[in-house]
Amino acid sequence: MRKYIVKRLLISVVILFFVAFIIYVLMRCLPTSYLERIAQEKSMQPGSKTFDEWMAQLSATYGMDKGIVPGFFSWCGRAIRGDFGDSWRWTVPVTEKFADSVWISFVMGFIAFILQIIIAIPLGIIAATKQYTKVDYTITIIALACFSFPTFFFASLLKLVFSIHLHMFDLGGLIGRNYEQLDAVGKFLDKANHLVMPIVTLVVISVGSLMRYTRTNMLEVLNADYIRTARAKGLSENKVIYHHAFRNTLIPLVTMLGGSLPGLFAGALITETLYSIPGIGFVSFQSMVAGDIPFSMFYLVFMAILTLLGNLISDILYAVVDPRVRIA
Amino acid sequence: MAEEKNSMQDAVDEALAQDAQAMSDTEDYSLNDDRRVKTLSPTALVIKRFFRNRVAMVGLFILIFMFLFSFLGGVLSPYGESQLFYRTDSQNKQFAAVVENKDLRYIEAENNSFPSVARAKFTLALKSEDATFESSGVTYRFETLGDQAGEEVYVIYVDGESTPNAIATYKTVSNSVSNDKIPFDFQHAILAAQAAGQDSLEYEGATYTLDESGSVVDSSGNEVAYASRYSIRALMGDVFLSRTFKEQLVDAIERGSTEFVFTDAEGVTAEYVITRDTTTSGWSVLQSTSTRVFDTYSSPSAAHWLGTDRNGMDMLTRLMYGGRVSLYIGFVVVIIESIIGVILGGISGYFGGWVDNLIMRIVDVFYCIPSMPVIIILGAAMDAMRVDPQIRMLYLMLLLGLLGWAPLARLVRGQILSLREQEFMVAAEATGVRASRRIIKHLIPNAIPQLIVSMTMGLGSTIIIEATLSFLGLGVKFPFASWGNIINDVNDTFVLTNYWFIWIPAGICLLSTVLAFNLVGDGLRDAFDPKMKR
Repeated sequence: MRKYIVKRLLISVVILFFVAFIIYVLMRCLPTSYLERIAQEKSMQPGSKTFDEWMAQLSATYGMDKGIVPGFFSWCGRAIRGDFGDSWRWTVPVTEKFADSVWISFVMGFIAFILQIIIAIPLGIIAATKQYTKVDYTITIIALACFSFPTFFFASLLKLVFSIHLHMFDLGGLIGRNYEQLDAVGKFLDKANHLVMPIVTLVVISVGSLMRYTRTNMLEVLNADYIRTARAKGLSENKVIYHHAFRNTLIPLVTMLGGSLPGLFAGALITETLYSIPGIGFVSFQSMVAGDIPFSMFYLVFMAILTLLGNLISDILYAVVDPRVRIA
Repeated sequence: MAEEKNSMQDAVDEALAQDAQAMSDTEDYSLNDDRRVKTLSPTALVIKRFFRNRVAMVGLFILIFMFLFSFLGGVLSPYGESQLFYRTDSQNKQFAAVVENKDLRYIEAENNSFPSVARAKFTLALKSEDATFESSGVTYRFETLGDQAGEEVYVIYVDGESTPNAIATYKTVSNSVSNDKIPFDFQHAILAAQAAGQDSLEYEGATYTLDESGSVVDSSGNEVAYASRYSIRALMGDVFLSRTFKEQLVDAIERGSTEFVFTDAEGVTAEYVITRDTTTSGWSVLQSTSTRVFDTYSSPSAAHWLGTDRNGMDMLTRLMYGGRVSLYIGFVVVIIESIIGVILGGISGYFGGWVDNLIMRIVDVFYCIPSMPVIIILGAAMDAMRVDPQIRMLYLMLLLGLLGWAPLARLVRGQILSLREQEFMVAAEATGVRASRRIIKHLIPNAIPQLIVSMTMGLGSTIIIEATLSFLGLGVKFPFASWGNIINDVNDTFVLTNYWFIWIPAGICLLSTVLAFNLVGDGLRDAFDPKMKR
């Protein structure tokens, strides 16, 4: 087991290296950059240096004067030591901005994750046990509809109904207008109030696939021989489904859910942008659109690490949860 | 297609045959052709199962409708994709203000002043009918020129002097030629002549005629001045109010009408709306001018069933063309993905060994690249480069294809790996079937069902990704329509609140198309599954 994990980790590092390299090349190849704009602005000022001189100075400051390959290695060298440079868009160290914004994303993602589990798994199991009945069709269609909803359309509908017509929530943002005047409890409630619509959006958008996944796996288990045996020996239907079948359905579910845990830190780029929640997703969207190379570079690599980590966790969990699986 | 039809026919025949047999079972067991049970090929079974799935059929109908809507609709629509519509808009602009004098107005001679204390004393003197009054040590006298109500003109002299100091009147004497002030003496002469009921007057050697309405005409027939109880002020810059305009305006006000039409010397007709302004106890005059503007955000009507958008283009036509773009992009991207995925996954699965290892690591790398952020970055870069929208669409498709093939490659590889180990492959190898034939005849057909299912599902998610990018303004760009960039308008809260017809239809199109692809994909998955009993 340990050998397997070490091997996987080593492979992951190699993959990460190449991913980072591809991303770096991509970022460096971008035709216009933030630096050029700054240099342009600075050279416009009276009595200033020329554009080329400014460009050279800025490139040197930000380590953009080296070729792509040496540049990448120097980036790697600093990144390993945890130094991702200063964000151009936010004018603070990248890691500082990241630490500021990641927690709100995580809280949002985690609540949505829990709600999603609470809603999707029972419904998926009901759909599977009542296969081909009206209940099953209804759940299937709801699941597919959730799955098919474009985030922005659903968010716009929510905004129209709940903030414009019912005045229950603000259109966007994390804090209300009178946030500063509130006491501690009020502040907390204000933030919670602003997170309701984003969380609902996240849950609805992602609940469908988990529901389908649960149903498919439950069906597979229900068709297995040991379920027939359980029924044959006269166990009650409840015991068959919730004791024998459900436990076996949990194997792929736990694997998948465990694998998606790291993703909670990645933030919800689209949802956060739609609701202007200053989480990691929205912050990096703004950075990316502004051409902020250090921050984008960090965010993309961070996302890649989360994906790798997720895969690794789900593979390990697979072996842990299911005693039949032995990985060499 | 022909084959499919045959299989459909077969399916129907089979069902009929079964019914017939059920009925005839009790009678006899003949083996006539019409009684014989037809066997179905696996493909026919799949199709039969698919057509029985009601949910999948709903999806199929939605898809057919959407295809017709997008590809045929654009042809049938009387409008073009980016045809602009105009409407004439009438705007009421503040044009002039009219005040009727209810209080005495004082006109001071050029070199003299008549201070407000003196004005107050004058009013008192007028009330108590004194002939003289005193203010600040100066004694004034005045003479009354007219005494009809509203026509009174009082000329005030400093006692002992013969030149007037000021005139008190309810009228305003305004210049008909320009906005310059009329000299005091001339005003005096005009008011005196009017009060005396004369029809002509002389001033500085020239003779002017006075008509009843109060206009002063010089010897050559031009109006030079105009005396009236109404003071009319132009509120718009560069506007000179001609006397005829003022006259007609006053007529209209005295008639109590709220609208009047005036044709000026150049023959331009304009409509005016007169509203009573209680705060200044006067009237304000609004000129309604009509301008030709883009017909933006017009509500649904017979001409535009879903109204018009921000640019004044027909919404329904935009939706049709938008659907064309969305579906087109979806298909191209999925085809690119499957070509790369099938080739690489197939090679990897079939050959195994180091080739498999290498390709799988490449797949891992592509799996790890966060595609949405990368496309956002490149989209922002293309914005900065001002890439032509048409070329941009092409780049977008290539990019989505290149970033999305990894899951398909994994799927194909997995399929091939499991198939390769099965008995029928061993048998094929044992009977000496060529490798190429084994791949084409045995492996690929068996891998296709899974591939079709994930391609169908992939179409839905590609359309969502494209729409999301266009919504963020980083995908398909104006002048091309796409369902995503149509909804983009909703970023403006005013549109979100007031113009449902801009974004709800596009959202419904998007939702139903993606849902339909998923329903069909789901139905296909069930149909392809041989374990399915239905």
